[in-house]
Amino acid sequence: MTLHMKILAGVVRHIILLTTGSLVLAPFIWMVSLSLKPPAELFSSSFTLLPEHWFAVENYTKALTAAPLPRFMLNGVIVCAAILLLQIIICAPAAYALAKIRFAGREVIFGMVLIGLLIPHQVLALPLLILCYWLGILNTYAALIFPFVVSPFGIFLLRQFFTSIPDDIIHAARLDGLSELSIVWRIMLPMSLPAVIAFSIVSVVSHWNDLFWPLLVVQTQDFMPPSLGIVTFANAEAGNDYGPLMAGATLVVAPLVICFFAAQRWFIDGLTAGSVK
Amino acid sequence: MASVSVRGVSKSFGSTPIIDGISLDICDGEFLTLLGPSGCGKSTLLRIIAGLERQDCGTIEVAGSKVDHLRPKRRDVAMVFQSYALYPHLTVSENMALPLRMRRLSALQRLPVIGALLPNTHSVSAEIKTEVARAAKALGIDHLLARKPGQLSGGQRQRVAVGRAMVRHPAVFLMDEPLSNLDAKLRVQMRGEIKELHRRIGVTFVYVTHDQTEAMTMSDRIAVMLDGQLAQVASPQQIYTSPADRRVAELIGAPKINLLEATPRGEGLLAVAGSTLALDSKLDGGNNITLGIRPESLQFAERAGLNTLTGRLRYVEHVGADLFAHVDVPGSSEPLVARLPVELASSLQSDQSVHLRVRREQALLFSADGRRLSEGDDQFTQLRSCAG
Amino acid sequence: MTSEQSATVDRQLRIDTGSAETLAGYALIGPALVLILVLFILPTGAVLAIAATDWHLGAKTLSFIGAANFTSLLADPAFRAALFNTAAYSLMVVPSTLVLGLSLALLIESGKTLRAFYRAIHFLPFMTSLAAMAIVWEMLLHPTIGLVNQVFAAVGLPTANWLRGESTVLPILAVIGTWQSLGLALVLFLAGLKAIPQDLYDAADIDGADGVLDRLRLVTLPSLAPVSLFVLIVVTLRAFAAFDIIQVLTRGGPGDASVMLLYALYRESFEYFRTGYGAAIAVVFLVIVIALATLQARVVNSRASHP
Ligand SMILES: Nc1ncnc2c1ncn2[C@@H]1O[C@H](COP(=O)(O)OP(=O)(O)OP(=O)(O)O)[C@@H](O)[C@H]1O
Ligand SMILES: [Mg+2]
Repeated sequence: MTLHMKILAGVVRHIILLTTGSLVLAPFIWMVSLSLKPPAELFSSSFTLLPEHWFAVENYTKALTAAPLPRFMLNGVIVCAAILLLQIIICAPAAYALAKIRFAGREVIFGMVLIGLLIPHQVLALPLLILCYWLGILNTYAALIFPFVVSPFGIFLLRQFFTSIPDDIIHAARLDGLSELSIVWRIMLPMSLPAVIAFSIVSVVSHWNDLFWPLLVVQTQDFMPPSLGIVTFANAEAGNDYGPLMAGATLVVAPLVICFFAAQRWFIDGLTAGSVK
Repeated sequence: MASVSVRGVSKSFGSTPIIDGISLDICDGEFLTLLGPSGCGKSTLLRIIAGLERQDCGTIEVAGSKVDHLRPKRRDVAMVFQSYALYPHLTVSENMALPLRMRRLSALQRLPVIGALLPNTHSVSAEIKTEVARAAKALGIDHLLARKPGQLSGGQRQRVAVGRAMVRHPAVFLMDEPLSNLDAKLRVQMRGEIKELHRRIGVTFVYVTHDQTEAMTMSDRIAVMLDGQLAQVASPQQIYTSPADRRVAELIGAPKINLLEATPRGEGLLAVAGSTLALDSKLDGGNNITLGIRPESLQFAERAGLNTLTGRLRYVEHVGADLFAHVDVPGSSEPLVARLPVELASSLQSDQSVHLRVRREQALLFSADGRRLSEGDDQFTQLRSCAG
Repeated sequence: MTSEQSATVDRQLRIDTGSAETLAGYALIGPALVLILVLFILPTGAVLAIAATDWHLGAKTLSFIGAANFTSLLADPAFRAALFNTAAYSLMVVPSTLVLGLSLALLIESGKTLRAFYRAIHFLPFMTSLAAMAIVWEMLLHPTIGLVNQVFAAVGLPTANWLRGESTVLPILAVIGTWQSLGLALVLFLAGLKAIPQDLYDAADIDGADGVLDRLRLVTLPSLAPVSLFVLIVVTLRAFAAFDIIQVLTRGGPGDASVMLLYALYRESFEYFRTGYGAAIAVVFLVIVIALATLQARVVNSRASHP
């Protein structure tokens, strides 16, 4: 290949990738662009990226006040944090037991974890809804959190990591006086930080974005997580007030996008690991 | 400080017996080495002593009292692992402080924020810090305290592992091949340092290795382990000059001991490799006997005669002060190895015929099943009671 | 101590210590085990059981009707539409995701500059809230003020009310589905490309296959075959589970033109309250997913054994 050809190939590569990249990003750009415009400009037939009259403050203020958007975001934070915390508290010891402790029935229990890994959550929605009804927790945070407190994927992923930690480390820890539970918290989890981060990302992303389950168990805006909240907002606005709606969508999407650009590697590794389950 | 007794301990994994009824008394302050080939169960025995693995039967005593029911941390033993088993996410000082923190601070005091607010936490932590610093200084790693294990060399990691065991002032030190991950030079240096540590703190050391040089140079006594059993427990010298059986003789000594098929002729005479040896011991008849001769027990001789083996020189290996002559003798597929003074080099040519005189008093005889014969004057094969 | 005594001690010791480890194991796994039983295993059993009844959510009575739900599923035009739409949607999403993902991966790997940047922007849709972005897509596809129609009109292409047209709704949903899954396929292919040993390319060079296409045909594509199979299954699983875009954009309409399996499940169980019937759909969905996942496990295992 001559030098010219090489340069040409490079240029073509960038042109194609920039084109596909902007197509992929188009919805995001469009969303942000509309969120900055006054209603009049939305209906103008010529599309411009930036508004002639900046209307950002109005749109975002409306998004934050007309709908309880801060409430949705707060709900999202509360629900995602509670789910993640409980998942780790429950899954880490289980993963440790499956990886490092010999006891009767271990294989059977691991088999159950694998079955849990296989079942899509939507299939179980009905019995879980009935369970939540029996427990009297419908339309509370508990209903959003409880079905997810144990994650077969979390147990599986952590177990894989824990298995690769040498037994000598555990023996040393026992000699140093650590109890089994403190071995989990002080040794196993810190040593498996990449797995913990990957799992946290999978967990937070999927519950921040989940629509199916919140749709079933939450009716009042007080407990709606962001995805359901923005959809409810869109329906309530009856599709007229687009500026604030796009501002709302931007606000719902923004936290994860910012985290994504801050920790790209982790997100990509984590979410691909998550999709492999 | 404490003695350690192992009484009739057995252990199998599944249906495979790994340790088969081992009994062993280790004296207070002794440096005892468990020596054996890879996979013979040394680590398993050490882990049983530490309480990390449960024996199927038998008991372990430390300082005269049974510890079988005690969890590892209550047994007052510390262990240095082959892989060092340092916690990679903790710094050197945190690694070394951990065993002290777990013992001296309550669960509440160990909590991140709350702990700091409790009375006493601060003073105990400061105390731990000084002790860690002192131990680190003694090991020459005080400049590494803030680093993580990943940033240390092999030798430094090894020292940290020793340090973590040392800060606790345990009654018994268990070491599982602590030097096997080091390069040859460092190994020699650390050998000296561990021996020195033992001399200084004077507690009981149980040291596992499959390196005979380590065992020979460091130990008060060596326990040779073969196939889950103790073949011999004795001082390094005794193990070398007076092995209890053929496998022990083969295990110790480099180059390996020469083993030759021999046939007793009565009257203390022995036919071997086409020659006749006159030995002191009164051998009964019976055919299959093995004669063991260490390379240094063979001397160069000008001509054939009684107690002299004759063979053809295959080649000569120079190892500095000495040379090893490899000599083919009749009736043996393996060449005989003799350690000869280096001055003889000029008079030795390949393929020439050489005569080697056997130092009669150093020759070892083994029966067909590998037992040592003629134990008349040396009774120390199974030395169970503590020396000195 | 007599040997008899010591034998009893030994036996006791064995029981004690064996059970100590067992006890620790159960204590550590207990909470997770109970929750897996309550939240996964028992509900699965419940779904299977409910699928064999005519229960309506909230009804006081129910009766066992065996496989009747499944036979009426087969006869139900709405369910057949759901099955057909899901299959059609997957047949559009999966090949386009694979082809685009692979092409983009090859293109990104072919140069050294801006790799991480391109990977990141193509990956972005995969991790954003599809519900929120569906609202944006609705705007993009708006018949009058939507960007799509504006652009199409400007360049002389036909415009349409994309989401309301019987023939356009599925393809347009497939575009959105592809847009979302593309990033996943891309990073999986990129990982696959990284794993191809340089030796193979060197060997191809020496054998005279040094053109771009020759290398692609001889080394790259054959080496990617296992990854591709894997991506195929992962993307298919995601396509079968499409729900958010339908709920937000079409609600299965117009008519039943965009009803898919999960949406049918949702509608029957939670809007029409035909619980037994909805459970039967859940069982069908479960069977499909398990079949795909088993296939996936096979692929993962064979990849693990032949790296
Ligand atoms: N947890 C276990 N399960 C099954 N078999 C085991 C287990 N631990 C050890 N073994 C087996 O027990 C035997 C002895 O192991 P051990 O680690 O005690 O050997 P070793 O003498 O220390 O060897 P090395 O010098 O290689 O460290 C080996 O054959 C090993 O395979
Ligand atoms: Mg070992």
